[in-house]
Formats: sequence, structure tokens, C-alpha cells
Amino acid sequence: MSAPAADPAVLIDPARIRRFGALYVLEHQIRVMRNYRSSIVATAIGTPFIYLFAFGIGIGTLVSANAGRVDGVDYLTFVAPALICMSVVGIAAMEFTYPIMLGFKWNPTFVGMNAAPLSARQIVDGVVLFVALRMAIPAVAYYVVMALFGAAPSAWGAGVVVTSVLAGLAIGTPIMAYAASITEDKGQFAVIGRVIVLPLTLFSGTMFPLEQLPWFLQWIGWLSPVWHGTELGRQLTYGATEPIWLTVIHVGYLVVLAIVGWRLTVRVATRRLDR
Amino acid sequence: MTLRDASLRGAPQRPSRGHGVAALYAGNARSVVGRGLLATRSTNWIVVLTGFVEPIFYLLSLGVGLGAYVGTVQDAAGNDIPYAAYIAPALLAVSAMNGAIYDSTWNVFFKLNYQKTYEGMLTTSLGPFDVALGEIVLALLRGGAYGLGFLLVMQAAGLNLAWTAVFALPAVLVVAFGFASLGMGITSYLKTFQQMDWITFFLLPMFLLSATFYPLAVYPEPVQWAVMALPLWHGVELVRGLTTGVLGPAMLVHLAYYAVMIAVGLAFTTRRLRALFLD
Amino acid sequence: MPSTPVIVAADLVKKYGDFAAVDGLSFEVAPGESFGLLGPNGAGKSTTMRMVGAVSTRTSGSLAILGLDPNRSGPEIRSRLGVVPQADNLDNELRVRDNLIVYGRYFGLPLRHLRRRADELLEFAQLADRAGSKVDDLSGGMKRRLTIARALINDPRILLLDEPTTGLDPQARHILWDRLFRLKEQGTTLVLTTHYMDEAEQLCDRLIVVDKGRIMAEGSPAALIREHSTREVLEVRFGSERNAGAAADLEGIGRLEVLPDRVLVYADSGEAALEEVTRRGLQPMTSLVRRSSLEDVFLRLTGRSLIE
Repeated sequence: MSAPAADPAVLIDPARIRRFGALYVLEHQIRVMRNYRSSIVATAIGTPFIYLFAFGIGIGTLVSANAGRVDGVDYLTFVAPALICMSVVGIAAMEFTYPIMLGFKWNPTFVGMNAAPLSARQIVDGVVLFVALRMAIPAVAYYVVMALFGAAPSAWGAGVVVTSVLAGLAIGTPIMAYAASITEDKGQFAVIGRVIVLPLTLFSGTMFPLEQLPWFLQWIGWLSPVWHGTELGRQLTYGATEPIWLTVIHVGYLVVLAIVGWRLTVRVATRRLDR
Repeated sequence: MTLRDASLRGAPQRPSRGHGVAALYAGNARSVVGRGLLATRSTNWIVVLTGFVEPIFYLLSLGVGLGAYVGTVQDAAGNDIPYAAYIAPALLAVSAMNGAIYDSTWNVFFKLNYQKTYEGMLTTSLGPFDVALGEIVLALLRGGAYGLGFLLVMQAAGLNLAWTAVFALPAVLVVAFGFASLGMGITSYLKTFQQMDWITFFLLPMFLLSATFYPLAVYPEPVQWAVMALPLWHGVELVRGLTTGVLGPAMLVHLAYYAVMIAVGLAFTTRRLRALFLD
Repeated sequence: MPSTPVIVAADLVKKYGDFAAVDGLSFEVAPGESFGLLGPNGAGKSTTMRMVGAVSTRTSGSLAILGLDPNRSGPEIRSRLGVVPQADNLDNELRVRDNLIVYGRYFGLPLRHLRRRADELLEFAQLADRAGSKVDDLSGGMKRRLTIARALINDPRILLLDEPTTGLDPQARHILWDRLFRLKEQGTTLVLTTHYMDEAEQLCDRLIVVDKGRIMAEGSPAALIREHSTREVLEVRFGSERNAGAAADLEGIGRLEVLPDRVLVYADSGEAALEEVTRRGLQPMTSLVRRSSLEDVFLRLTGRSLIE
């Protein structure tokens, strides 16, 4: 082996690794994502068209024939911010489960990163950054299609991308903490998807106002990041109104949940990698 | 290749590995089913049980919540029926499709590419048709259990509008059979997880657009014709006709559609398994 | 000659609950040295390697890697180590060459440098023609060589290898040994664990024999054999039922070890021992004279075989 021209001992700077380690992890994830780019792009563009058409036009026709407007707007406009939020949350539920198990166990790349100078915290930070990006790209596409459908009349509409990604992080990082703690796959992710993510999505004032649910189911919506995220999105896309304290609760709840889940994951991962 | 070696080693035990039916079918699909049932012992039953609640959540959310905004919908005979009674049979057909697709794609994908289950089976006297049929029967057993559970919920909620609903269960099995037989053959072409993503991509529009949540009348006529070409639409209409009690010659068309789909699917899958492991 | 040691461990302990996987290890490794930990599965070798690799916090004792404490300076230490873990953790979703480049990025190395370095290392690992392959398509030996190449991406001061050839066929092992020997010749400090005595004899300047988390003996392979065994060993087989019975008649020829399938007679001259056996009227089914190995050292020290 010939000696390289530049001496890596000089190139390696521990201070820089401490500062940018999470970005190196992000870079890795982006490289891996490139394998999936065609299906990601197709899904990112195809999904909003299909959903906005089916719900906005299809079910919208039924709703306007029967009940007229919902929350003061046509059904398409009402449901669109919910659909983008649900779609982003679906990506979160996927990216924060199997890939985490993959990195710790099936193809333990996280163990490899940790044997290199990266810390558990940097690994978790890098993955969260990546998933945020992975959610934001289709969310932007979703917003553009919404605008094409005329389903985001307000000038602030693009903000729905941010609120949806926030909702995705809020529901996703606590799941990530759990995923990081699993050592044996016994179908836990399927169970989480069915009994946690699905009800939090279906009973959260998405396809109809939350008040429409019987009182004994409404609390699911209050707990659901999808409801908080969707309500914020509705203010941005068509100017839905609500008391300011409620908006504060929406934002606060999502931020707290996202940060708690994130920090918890760092703890779980630190313990898991330090055997 | 190892595949070839494996099939050669098994050759003497096989009845005849030449041409014709005997090369494909040893009449022993039940041993494949038996293996599958044994394997379910190690199943996590919580996963199985939560499978029942999934369509119930959808029914509760869309039927009750959204139903209040939609009101009534016209069935095939022009009668007004509650929205919940309209979507419930569709959810039933969709869950049959999803179950069959899951069993015949992800499940088969793992067995083909990772566990090498089929490779092992085909080194014995079993033929590819035994394997395909056995796997499909297993998928139908699961699908039947889920279907029965959901039908009972529909009954309790008063969403079965006619006595013919009892035939919805076999109808659901027919739907599942159709998707499972075709899905297994398609999966045999897929090699990577990336390619598996495309299955989801193509199923989504079918799920949302096949008169599942609203009648076809919403669409312009050319779109209606396109949707009517899709298998799920026939499945939904078949099951819905039975639970709402609106029967007619169209039911025979739906059944015929599935008969063709099953025959083509089985032939296709068997050919593929044969090409993969025996030629 | 040996300057400041690159690894200093004193009374190193790692406990999982009440179980002490590593129970008071003390050793030093000099720069450029090739140092081995020999012991059976579960002896605490991998746990020691993880502590040395600064990814596992020690329970007690002291440890200095390149003069730094891993509890405080994990990232600094790890940026100067190369690690070849027991279980490959290559990224299956990346191609061969990309695995090297992506790993190099974890050290903050610039892409331009990494592209050139990756090509050099693929050449070294005899994988240049597989640069664009999927990791899954590589054989076990190729994967291990790729993992070694990956561990060298940062030009580490110390290369840690945990069971480098376990699970490889004999030919793949020899290719790997050849590569490691080259690194050794170039002055790379190697620390490796193994439960193969031949591997330890081939690659290690000095080693510690570890059992149940403790050091049983320390020295160069030759010195250990000299100290704990005889020059030669006579192996005789009398058939599985009769080995124990025959042992009584072998008393006095040399030290004996009675194994289920054979009896080992330790003597300076194996031929002379065999003559004595036949002179006593014993007729073994097979007999073999060989040189003593580390396996015999381990057997002597623990009463057990290395590979169970």
C-alpha cells in the first residue's frame, strides 16, 4: 500500500467530528435513499393527486350534495391539510420503525458508525434530520398539488409543509425511541401501526371535524399529533380560526412530543451501543 | 448454481420431472399447508388479533364520522342506504385484497429471497403447483378468518341489509384467491425492496378509486370504464351486492372476472416457480 | 525499541449485572506490535475489544488508548482506530466502494481524499474488480477483506480485529492472513482476538491466554509453548471406549491428557515415547507425533479445549 499524499492524521480533526458528526450520518442516509429515488419521486407526486381526487372530488361530491360546506369551506379545501398531514405521518411511521431496527440489528450500520468516532447522539440526530428531510420533500410536492387543485387558497399555505413535518416528528420520535429498544422483531411495528398510528390518524378530525365523533372517542383526537398538526395546517391553508390559546397548545404539544421522543431515543441508543 | 444443484439432487425422488402435469403437481399441496400451520405456532397472536381491528377502525371513523356528512348513498338498485352500509362491504373486500397481497408479496418475497423456503420444498417430491396452491390456501385461511370477524361486526352494527350477506364470506375468499394467485407470480420477478415499493404504489389508486368510498357516478364516463376494468371494483361490487341484497346478472360478470383472474394467476405463478427452480 | 505503549490496561473489569465478563485484565501493547487475545468463546475477548475500541464503558480499572481515557475521549480515540468487528456491519444498501467512502466521511475526511484512498484500499484488499458490486454478492472472505479495508480508511494507529477469520474457509483464511501479515510488516499495530491457535501463532508477536475473563498466561507463542508444554506431543487412539483404560498403562512415559477420542502424551521426543508405548505391549489404532501448539498450552492451563 502506498502512502497517501495527504496525511489523514492531519486531516482528521476530532473537534470537527464533534461538530458535524450528525451531518455525516445525514449524508450516509441520503446516499442510501438514492437507491429508492424513483419510487420516492413517483409516490411523492402520485399520492397527492390520487388522494385529493378521491377525497376532495369523490367524497367531496357526496358531502356537498348532502351537507354543503364544512367549516365554512368546500370539502376539498377542508380535507386537504388533513391529507398532507396524514401522508407525512405515514412516512414517519415507516422511517422511524424498520430502518431503526435495521441499523441496530439486521444490518447494524449504527454499530459501525459508533465504532468510527460518531456518538449515539450524533447517529440519532442524523437519522432524525434525515427523516425530517424525507418527510419535507413529499410534503412540498403535496402542497404544490394542493395548490393546483385550488385547495390552499391562503397566502400562508406553504406553512402546511412545516406543520405536517412537525406532526410527523411528534408522532415519530417516540416510536423511534421504542424501535431503538427492540431487540427481537415479533411484529411490534405492525401492532403499533394498527392500534396506535391508525386510530390516531382516523379519529383525529381529519376527514371530518373532531366534534363529529361521539364524546368517548374525541379524546383520541386530543392526544393525536395528527389532529394538532391538521388544525394548524387548516389555519395556514384556508384561514380556519380558533382561539390563540388553542394554537399555542397545538404547537407546544407537537414540539414537546418531538423533543421528548428525540431525547429519549438518544438515551436508549446510548445505552444500547455501550455494551 | 446452487438452485440447479438442489433440484438435481432431488430429482430421483420426484415422480416424473419431464413434461405435463405430473412435473408440476404432486397432488400434495396439503403438506405445504401443513408446514404453514405448524409455522403459525410461532406466530405472535397479538399481531393476528390486531389485524381484526384495522377494518373496524376504518368503519368506525368513516362510517360514523364521515357518514354524518355524507348521509345516504344510492346502491346499485337506486335505493338510499346509510353510508356505513355502503362502505362496509368495500372495506371487507379491500381487507381481503390487502391480506392476500401481503401474504403473496411480502411474505412470499421473504420466503423466496431470504428464507429459501421454496427452494427446500422443491427439492422434495413437491411440484411448483403444490407450493403455489398450498401458499394460497394458507392465505385464504387467514383471509377467511379476518373476513368472518368483520362480517360479524357488520351484522352487530346492522350493516348487513339482506340475508344474502352470508354469501359474502365465500365471495371474499374468491376475491382473496384472485389477488393471491396473481400476486405470487408477480412477486417472483421482484428482487429488491425498492421494487416491492412499487406494488404499494400501484395498489393505492385502485384502493381509493374502485367505488370503495363513493359511487362511480362521480366520475366522467371514460374514468368509469377504466375503474371497471380493475379487479378490486369487481370485488367490491360483488361483496356489496351480497350484503345489500341487490343481486343481478352483473354478479355473474364479477364472478367470471375472478374465475379468469384465478386461472391466469395460477398458471402464471406455476410457470414462474417452475422457471425459477426447475428449469 | 518499544517506546510508550499505545494501550495500557490495568485491572480492567466489565460486569453485566453480577456476571464479570472481564475480570481484572492487565496488559500493555507497544507500537508496531502484533498482540493477541487467545481464548475460547465467552472468555471475555470481544468485551475487552469493545472497551479498547472505546465503545463500551468499563466497570472499573484503568485503560489508556494512545494516552487517552476512552471514558472521556471516545471520539478522539476512535478517530485513530480501525475496527474489524466479529459480525460484519457493512452497509448492504451501498456498493463496495461506496462503503469505504461513506465510512471515511464519518471521520470527516474530504471526499477527494477518500476517492483516491478507497481505490488504494480496494487494490490492497484484492477487491478492485468488485468496486461496483453489491455487498450482498460478495463471499464471506471478500466481505471480511472489505471490512478490513474499511477499517484502514482513516490510516489508524491501531487496528482492532475481533475473530478476523471465524467462519471463513481455509483458503479465504490464508488470503486474509497474508494481508494482515503485510500490514504487520508495514508497522501497523494489530490487536486481535482469536480462538484459533494457528492464527495466534501466525500473526501474534505476543499474546495473552484468556479464560473466564482472566489472564491465564502471557508471552510470545514460542515462549508460552516452551514454558507450559513439551517440545513434542504424541497422540494415540485406542478406540473411543478404551482410551481411559489404556491411560493407566501409559503412566510414566510423560504427562498425559486423556480426551474422549484420544490420549495425548507430552514428551521431548515423540518418537521415543511411541517406542516406549509399543515396548509396553500397547497397540494404538493410530498414532501421531507433532510439535506442541498453543492448544496444548491452553489445555494445560485450563484442562479444557479451546474449541468446544
